[in-house]
Amino acid sequence: MSTIVTGEVGRPARQTAETRAGMRERMQDILPKIVLAPSFAAVLVFVYGFILWTVYLSFTNSKTFPNYTLTGGRAYERLWGWTFDVDPPSSWYTSITNLGIFGVLYIGICLALGLLLAILLDQKIRGESMLRPIYLYPMALSFIVTGVAWKWFLDPGLGLEQTLHQWGWTSFHFDWIKNKDRVIYTVVIAGVWQASGFVMAMFLAGLRGIDGEIMKAAQIDGATTLQLYRRIVIPMLRPVFLSAFIVLAHMAIKSYDLVVALTSGGPGGSAWLPSNFMYEYTFKRNEMAVGSASAVIMLMTISAIIVPYLYSELREKNR
Amino acid sequence: MSALTSAPLADPEPVRIQPASGRPGSASPASGVIVSRIVIYGMLLLFAAIYLIPLFVMLVTSFKSMDEIQSGNMLALPRDPSFEPWAKAWGETRVGLTCAGIKGYFWNSIKMVVPAVAISTVLGALNGYVLTKWRFKGHKLVFGLMLFACFIPFQAVLLPMATILGSLGRFGNSLDDVFGTSFGFGNPTVNLVFVHVVYGLGFTTLFFRNYYEAFPTELVKAAQMDGASFFQIFRRVLLPNSLPIIVVTVIYQFTNIWNDFLFASAYAGSGDVMPMTVALNNVVNTSTGVVEYNVNMAAAIIAALPTLFVYIVAGRYFVRGLMAGAVKG
Repeated sequence: MSTIVTGEVGRPARQTAETRAGMRERMQDILPKIVLAPSFAAVLVFVYGFILWTVYLSFTNSKTFPNYTLTGGRAYERLWGWTFDVDPPSSWYTSITNLGIFGVLYIGICLALGLLLAILLDQKIRGESMLRPIYLYPMALSFIVTGVAWKWFLDPGLGLEQTLHQWGWTSFHFDWIKNKDRVIYTVVIAGVWQASGFVMAMFLAGLRGIDGEIMKAAQIDGATTLQLYRRIVIPMLRPVFLSAFIVLAHMAIKSYDLVVALTSGGPGGSAWLPSNFMYEYTFKRNEMAVGSASAVIMLMTISAIIVPYLYSELREKNR
Repeated sequence: MSALTSAPLADPEPVRIQPASGRPGSASPASGVIVSRIVIYGMLLLFAAIYLIPLFVMLVTSFKSMDEIQSGNMLALPRDPSFEPWAKAWGETRVGLTCAGIKGYFWNSIKMVVPAVAISTVLGALNGYVLTKWRFKGHKLVFGLMLFACFIPFQAVLLPMATILGSLGRFGNSLDDVFGTSFGFGNPTVNLVFVHVVYGLGFTTLFFRNYYEAFPTELVKAAQMDGASFFQIFRRVLLPNSLPIIVVTVIYQFTNIWNDFLFASAYAGSGDVMPMTVALNNVVNTSTGVVEYNVNMAAAIIAALPTLFVYIVAGRYFVRGLMAGAVKG
């Protein structure tokens, strides 16, 4: 039976309305569930049901079309059986290596840059309200737009390189976007440009939440600005670091569009992330089972990060 | 600060500017203060320039002729600004097999975004209302399952959804044979609206749930005593007080759905049904003829305009949505 929640204490509901017509009462009782049911059902079927479906497919040998005969973990064996020993290295190993490089640099640089900008902005800056939106606007753009802009900007023949040549720095050479060993770093550059302002906003909100009295006390005790930040402020921002890390890790694993728009996959697929691998194998190379297996691995990776976080968040909140 | 489930959405101004008493910058009246101020402002301005340059380059490039682009400096202002690349991007440039510009795809996106945002916001509001004010046994589990659904990589559902949408399309075709209309089954725009509503529900529910959590239950209770029905309470008591969270949710959903590329390319990846992001990627990666960078840049800016506009008009709400949802894409 659903009752109105009376605050957190749950004081006994004085149901004077109980005397009213029972029919309507009962209607009011199940109505909330009827309202919620379609959404919940949609989530159950189209999220959890589909996940199970994908898991199932990953244990078949589906190629172009789904095949529902279970054939064991062949797809996973193939996925992990490919190694670096072949030249060029297998797409899956390239993808997960790229995710490692991209994830570490993207998260690390975004956190460092976001924190730096937030601390700088927190120094009673004139025109802060002008600067803040400038750091943040890339977040409003689609990854495709970001990719198009940076593709042009990093193009050796047209963009930055040509401009610096014209300014007289003729030895400058930057062709990472066309270099199969370097192309993933250009994805990092564009990704950091897009997301670091958002991380800045998170840290700034955290900084503004710190009690000024603590800082004052530390200063009276003779702490220098550097000590103040290193010993007091940054440790107090730990929850923000955690939130930002979760958000960035989640975004890194899901990144797909940026690689497509910026590099078109890079020379020979050298810029692929697992999400690109999944898309290509499932929809273009007719290796549905292998694609599904890679999707399952992506899901498990994200779950390993998100589930403990959500669990602790929900518990904390309901204490 | 926990960004995910307990962001203070009801807080009117999340990034508030405190009177910075005892902030480090002001505290030491030493002679180094001026130097450090110069360094701080210098770094902030340098970063501002770095963040702005790509947009600036896109803008100036979109007004240049191809000759000027190939010979000139990308940071230079256009010598002879021309709207021609814009007109061409909008109405003439080649997208896939046709040369009718991106305007049709722009409208495709609008037709997809408006219903998807409206439906997912309404459902999210109702779900949030039920999950906070009409709790039932297991409400936590329901919310937990919906919350986790926000974070799955969509690759894990991409293929089954493609299969289902394919069957719906065949169903639509047979309806078409019988009735002369498919009733929207198999229509790519309808498909995308459906997909975005389903996978946006988690977020919209999360937003409204957190917001209504802080809404005084006593008011709901009092209204119920007065004999107000479930929907009356929602319409008369909660909705009039929900404007901030509606704005946040609409902006968040609008930005996400407009910017989506994965679903769009998987379910409407070719032909004249493509949404804007897919069409833009098509324009830029077209392999026939000379690459017209000015037209590409104009097309990219057009694709970015709706979300940029929302950001400029309602930036505060945009940031709040990001903080609460804490995830983009």
